[in-house]
Amino acid sequence: MTDTAFTQAAPRGFKEFFKPRGERMHWTDYVTYGYLIIGVLVMLLPVLWVVIGSLKSPANLSEYPPTLMPMATQTIVVDGHPDPLPLFEVTQDDGTVKTLAQIRRVGIRAQMIDPDDPAAEPSVVDVAKAKPIRSFNPTFDNYKDLLRTAGDTIWRSIYNSAFITIVATLITLVINSMAAFALSKFRFTGSTFALVLILATLMVPATIILVPIYLINSQLGLVNSLWGVILPVLATPTGVFLLRQYMLTIPDELLEAARMDHASEWQIYWRIVLPLTTPALAVVAIFSIMSRWNDFLLPLIVLNTKDSQTLQLALAGFKTEQGIEWHLLLAMTTITALPLAFIFLFLQRYITTGIASSGVK
Amino acid sequence: MRPQKLLSQAALTTSLVTLLVGAAFAQEITLQADPEVRIRPLVEKFNAESPDIKVKLEDISYQTTVESLPIQLASGQGPDMAVVTDLGGLSKYYLDVGPYVDKAYFETQFGQSLAWLRGSQGGDAINGVPITLTVNGAFANATLFEQAGVELPEEGATWEDWAQASKAVADATGLDFAMEIDRSGHRFASLAISYGAELVDEQGNPVVDEGLRQAIETFAQWHRDGIMPMDLWGAIGGSTHRDNFADFINAKVPFYFSGSWKLSPIDKDIGGLFEWRAVATPCGPSSCTAMPGGNALVGWKHTRQPEAVAKFLEFAAQEENLEYYLSTAVYLPTASSLVEKGIDYQGAPASVNEAMALFTQQIPKMAPAAHQFQGWAYQRAMMNAMTTRISQVLNNELDVDTALKRIKEDVELAISAGK
Amino acid sequence: MTNGAMSSAVGALASLPARAVEPFWKWAQRRLGMKALPWLFLLPNLLIIFTFALIPVAINVVFSITGSDNLYPSQRPFIGLSNYRTLADCGNFLDPSTCSRDLFWRAVGNSLLFVPLQTLAMVGVALMTAIALNKKIRARGFFRGVFFFPVMLSPVVVAMTWQWLLQRNGVLNAIISLFGANRASWLADPNLAFFWSIFVTVWAHCGFFMIILLAGLQSIPTDVYEAAKMDRASPFRVFWKVTIPLLRPVLLVVFVLAVIRSVQTFDEIYVLTGGGPGSATMLVVQYIYETGFAQQPRNYGLAAAGSLILGFVLLIFTLVQLRISRGEND
Repeated sequence: MTDTAFTQAAPRGFKEFFKPRGERMHWTDYVTYGYLIIGVLVMLLPVLWVVIGSLKSPANLSEYPPTLMPMATQTIVVDGHPDPLPLFEVTQDDGTVKTLAQIRRVGIRAQMIDPDDPAAEPSVVDVAKAKPIRSFNPTFDNYKDLLRTAGDTIWRSIYNSAFITIVATLITLVINSMAAFALSKFRFTGSTFALVLILATLMVPATIILVPIYLINSQLGLVNSLWGVILPVLATPTGVFLLRQYMLTIPDELLEAARMDHASEWQIYWRIVLPLTTPALAVVAIFSIMSRWNDFLLPLIVLNTKDSQTLQLALAGFKTEQGIEWHLLLAMTTITALPLAFIFLFLQRYITTGIASSGVK
Repeated sequence: MRPQKLLSQAALTTSLVTLLVGAAFAQEITLQADPEVRIRPLVEKFNAESPDIKVKLEDISYQTTVESLPIQLASGQGPDMAVVTDLGGLSKYYLDVGPYVDKAYFETQFGQSLAWLRGSQGGDAINGVPITLTVNGAFANATLFEQAGVELPEEGATWEDWAQASKAVADATGLDFAMEIDRSGHRFASLAISYGAELVDEQGNPVVDEGLRQAIETFAQWHRDGIMPMDLWGAIGGSTHRDNFADFINAKVPFYFSGSWKLSPIDKDIGGLFEWRAVATPCGPSSCTAMPGGNALVGWKHTRQPEAVAKFLEFAAQEENLEYYLSTAVYLPTASSLVEKGIDYQGAPASVNEAMALFTQQIPKMAPAAHQFQGWAYQRAMMNAMTTRISQVLNNELDVDTALKRIKEDVELAISAGK
Repeated sequence: MTNGAMSSAVGALASLPARAVEPFWKWAQRRLGMKALPWLFLLPNLLIIFTFALIPVAINVVFSITGSDNLYPSQRPFIGLSNYRTLADCGNFLDPSTCSRDLFWRAVGNSLLFVPLQTLAMVGVALMTAIALNKKIRARGFFRGVFFFPVMLSPVVVAMTWQWLLQRNGVLNAIISLFGANRASWLADPNLAFFWSIFVTVWAHCGFFMIILLAGLQSIPTDVYEAAKMDRASPFRVFWKVTIPLLRPVLLVVFVLAVIRSVQTFDEIYVLTGGGPGSATMLVVQYIYETGFAQQPRNYGLAAAGSLILGFVLLIFTLVQLRISRGEND
């Protein structure tokens, strides 16, 4: 007893910080922290590197070895040259270091001029002996470029992606929960058949039925229509499965009581079962949002006009025209990933508790 | 009775309204093109001059043209018009504008290329306007050559000469690689034909011969010697197109083989960084051929407004309009009157005009096999097979003999699937 | 709490359309009776599945036994099993380079290697992470978030990010050259590229399985662990004798899902390597896609035949899994 009181009173040390409740650090705790810290580095750094990269200038990006932070060469305006010239530290033959401004660079040699003495003849310098003078300088030019080159289409793409995501998710929630309600709260012949049928679609990779889906879409007149991307993916087997499992845990007595009060089955579904299913619905919603926002192949073949393309298609487009334009691509990557990151920040508790309570047991 | 009457009245009103609205607004037809074709000024010129027909231009990526357009066409969907590079492969979807235009004019201006557009269908249809001619071609970084103290190989130099010279330059200037060739079957065909490959015979069957074998072996040897980077042809699978254009722009490779369509971006992106030059196509043991290529403006059979489409095509085919387009977009002409007259690329710097002249000089040197190959309906199948199989050779998955056998089988399967 | 306020607001909003359809449902319930009513609830779902899963599979069957590059089944001539024969045209099944469609067999071989390795790596990493996060540690929410975050990224974003890190002039080469190593072409070597395609897909998706496993771990009553502690059982013993048996049902679900997803892997690798170098990372799904899409003329028949073979293998696998799990439940 006194021991515990003592530990609590004492200033919190290193070990106490990592182990709440004053328990002792076991060796497995060290291993756990070691693993998690390495994990964080592996999971987080690549994404961080993309965000940093999106703030670098194209020249800075094509450098090898890459600079850790976005850097830009300092420039100076020299008389007789309209544009600002980049500054270099040049090691002279006698070993001294001199600051020179570069007029132009040709392969491994550069023409440089002394900014303090602009009238003097420019000297030719071996680029291996010149080191650029640089400073930390993040730039948002990539984003500006992106918005300029993509123009109106980028807003259009954002709208399309948002529309598909929201509408598909809402409908998915309704029809999947309806199916789950039927499969969990009714006994009827054929219910096992229906469940197996729904789950069997899990076996069919979307990639290999793309051509037939396109064919059906074109028969329904849904090519280049956002609905052509929404309709085929509305029925998600995992969604039905999760919701059904959760609904099974809702006691039937609740439903019986409502039936006594002459509530219709629709009212029971909508007013009683659905509100009680919220955690599982949240999980299904999040998975749906994620998949719809990130869908690539189906939109690729169904949406062929600039007006109907989604953000993911716009992103992939940067790769095919004129090789890979990394500076635009990184900015675009950051933009496409951000909305989801935000959604996740707000909803992460829902996801974990939702899955835990819907019990994939 | 009454509901029926109501219905017919409604129908009448609707059709009247549509008629009125249709008359009040201009007809709109859509055109899809890769932005690299730079056709926008021509479209704007047309829209300014034509009051009742408006062309809506949609940018689509090259990948969409190749991968997703054919499936749209097969289902009778897609834009009214497009600019395509696979001239012979899509023949059955083209709109024959013969009935609407001056056929004789089209025949005299575009004779040979019209035959390409007919592909395996044959006949005398006017399937579109072959607006541009492109030529595969080589670019060299003259500055790097100068610094390395290596002479730029003269006209008539062989592929091997270029490989050795570029290697010497790369070694002297501390570059990783000496040569880069776009990962494209079309580019490889230049090399192959100059080594004597026939690729396709008179009957339209694929040919794999000693020339193709030698070309593939030489190509693989360059990769083993580190003259060419594995990252480009070796690291990717399948028929994916890829280029490392940025390497040349950033002076990371002294020799780059692509084509005349890259001139404008090369000039723009290199700026004053170094001195570049378009050089004569390297020679093989058999010829010094480049591959011809080009873009054609075509209308699609499924369009509901064939007359409007024909109007735009006819407009684009007129000499003055073509000349306007080609000089702004910096492309070579196919129209015979413009070929004779030559085009002045006003606004383009002297270096670009010089390079254009050099590419024009390569045209007469093209081997008959190059023309034959370009006009073949299954050219794309052959090109895809070559990229895929060569990648496998580079990664030691296939030996050259088996690769040749597979290329032949791939194309034969494609031909049987296309029937 | 805000939760309550939010859900009641959502409820109020949602009740509007629900009210609107209520009369229809009352009418339907009276007409259909309780026996048929569940089918009405199932109808929208079944309709979608019928239109966008069953009909497409049927169309694929028709594609696989017909020829030409026409899209409409009615315009395609019947050619029997010729597509299947083309796929199976092999000199020696153990050496794909003797097959006429060697890429298909290479893809099959790659998939046979990729699926078990990737599934094991995926479930292994997910399980380790879940166990680590189930311990009483600081900043659990943060760690959980970090591991789950990549699940949110699109396949294109994931592939491009890694392509950028792994390129010749990329940051990974810069890091290893700090330690004096030579620059490597990470995606130009067949074995390395295969490793990276597993690594990248695990990186992107392990968070998803980690969350499910974590939920499973949290449902294990703590007194079981307390009891184990009393017995001074080693952590390994606890893991094998307590955690794994109690986690078994969840693990099974995770395994089945992981295998299904693994077989369907496409976007990430297609963007990352295009199936290269050569065909080292080409999986069956990509072969099907390329045959049906990237070729000119498109060979829908051959692609469909390949997809049906794949579907058949998946079906067998699932039946075996079901049999195993049923056996365990008895």
